Amino acid sequence: MQHDVTKIRIFGRFIYPVSFAEESALFTYILRRLALMVFVLWGVTLAAFLISHTLPADPAAAILGNNAREEQIIEFRAKNGLDQPLPVQYGRYMLQLVQGDLGKSLRTQNPITEDLKQFFPATLELTLIAILFSLLFGLPLGIISALNRGRWPDLLARIFALLGGATPVYWLAILALSIFHEKLGWLPGPGRLDSYSLPPPVKTGLMTIDTLLVGDKQTFVDALRHLILPGIVLGAYSAALLTRMTRSALLEVLGQDYIRTAKAKGLSSRRVLNKHAMRNAALPILTVLGALFGNLLTGAVLTETIFSWPGIGGYATTSAITLDFPAVMGVTLIVGMAYSVVNLLVDLAYALFDPRISYS
Amino acid sequence: MTTALSSKLARQPSVFMRKLRRNAGMQLGLVLLLLLLLGAVFGPALVGNATAQDLGARLQGPTAQHWLGTDQLGRDVLSRVLSGSRISLSLGVGVMLFSLTIGSALGLMAGVRGGWIDEAIMRLTDIFLAFPSLILAMAISAALGPSLTNVMIAVALVSWPAYARLVRAQVLAIREREFVEAARALGSSAGRVAFKHLLPNTLAPLLVQGSFDVGSAILTAAGLGFIGFGAQPPIPEWGAMVSETRNYIKQAPWASSAPAIAILLTVLSFNLIGDGLRDIFDPRSR
Repeated sequence: MQHDVTKIRIFGRFIYPVSFAEESALFTYILRRLALMVFVLWGVTLAAFLISHTLPADPAAAILGNNAREEQIIEFRAKNGLDQPLPVQYGRYMLQLVQGDLGKSLRTQNPITEDLKQFFPATLELTLIAILFSLLFGLPLGIISALNRGRWPDLLARIFALLGGATPVYWLAILALSIFHEKLGWLPGPGRLDSYSLPPPVKTGLMTIDTLLVGDKQTFVDALRHLILPGIVLGAYSAALLTRMTRSALLEVLGQDYIRTAKAKGLSSRRVLNKHAMRNAALPILTVLGALFGNLLTGAVLTETIFSWPGIGGYATTSAITLDFPAVMGVTLIVGMAYSVVNLLVDLAYALFDPRISYS
Repeated sequence: MTTALSSKLARQPSVFMRKLRRNAGMQLGLVLLLLLLLGAVFGPALVGNATAQDLGARLQGPTAQHWLGTDQLGRDVLSRVLSGSRISLSLGVGVMLFSLTIGSALGLMAGVRGGWIDEAIMRLTDIFLAFPSLILAMAISAALGPSLTNVMIAVALVSWPAYARLVRAQVLAIREREFVEAARALGSSAGRVAFKHLLPNTLAPLLVQGSFDVGSAILTAAGLGFIGFGAQPPIPEWGAMVSETRNYIKQAPWASSAPAIAILLTVLSFNLIGDGLRDIFDPRSR
């Protein structure tokens, strides 16, 4: 097959010509990154396992309570395999894991995959809204800030970035609820739906999507309204960081010679910004976004507590308190996996969009 | 970002001061930090007992006697916030020192030795970077019992990889430079090269990372305190204080806002200092 030059086409645009050699280097790179991801996830299970099983704490006692009799504790341990030597326990865990089984929760006795299936979509939906908000807010603010460097819009944007990066998310959540829900009544309070709304049949677990799937507009609006406050609260930190990073990435690019050239040859400032500056500033911004994703999943723990959001944050907290280690490991693994996948995508985006990077 | 040149800057007080004088953000950060430190050192002695209850004076607004009012148990909010600053500041700095030491030791080793040691250490950082910090911290403090020390261990455990990567990158950038080559040619031992020539040149980025890290450690630790995994009542820890008073936000907004604003200002001061240090060490950054 004639295949020496390929053009990768994304959103109807040719990105850049790739020779066959480069393409196979890229392919090898992707394979290597995937292998690395599997390794990292294995490492996460091992580290989580070692930490949770060498801590001087007894899940049996924590779950059965202080009044449990000796025989009950022994029976509980035997039933959950906690009486086996550590390597055997880890071996069993891994054997189950490669079959997609995260084990049973010590507390609820449910399969953890079932628990996660129930709680993770709520967190994912919240996180996605938070990312959306931080993009819609942080990107333009960063651009405005960079283009007005040293003037008042820049100053305001920088103050926002500084404050947003230092505000405790739970305080913001408490304030937002008490002002916009309790005092002004503009937005609904905690939870994913109002009590009179009938939850749609669970398909994706994302309330907004599920309501649209059954065409229930009223519940869709209700679900969306419930997402606004927690989404903004959770996204505030990311929006601040994104503003800051967009500003500095854009300023870095705007100082380059090719921007001066573009201006000198008479291009409009809009064209210089869209065609020359933003494209080159995009990659560092993308990196920040990838790193922020992990941060958001963690920040969700705190936000969910205040908004009574039935996500993995609350699940992780209860599991940690009751020393339900298989459940904690399950959450750790799924969050670690989400983080790794997103960062893999960021790295792949680099590989695709930045012709200067070679992967051979 | 920075190499030998800017590290020299760190050791040249006059140049440093001249640049500091032109950096308003960093000055603000330093002033804030100074006030916080003064408050932490002298505050508790001046404003009295942080745990003394006066149930007759619950949820009061700011008065001449209680400048920031009182909380749900009639405790003076100002003295609790000031006592809390000791906890948060020492915790933040403690976490930073701990993870900076471990992280830079590992990073130095990875950069200097290279080979499989480098590979092993870097994969270890990958693993810990993918670890959800708050969940790990929750599990650790749940198992070891909620306490400030355990919070510190937990937060440090997830913040060292940043330093390891930073130091390794710096070492890789400078280890083939002439002055290092010269030191080796003159017969310096590997250890001497590492500690005398390589490590000092990682100082500038380490300082920058370190000051950001104090801020984020304080934020994480207060978050843990808020959900009940940190210091236990009646210890005046800022995160726990916000949590204890959150149900009274309508009657006494100051009681939960004061510790939250204290967290904000502390984190802000370290972030401003971090920004300032970066501007000073790395003139290209904006």
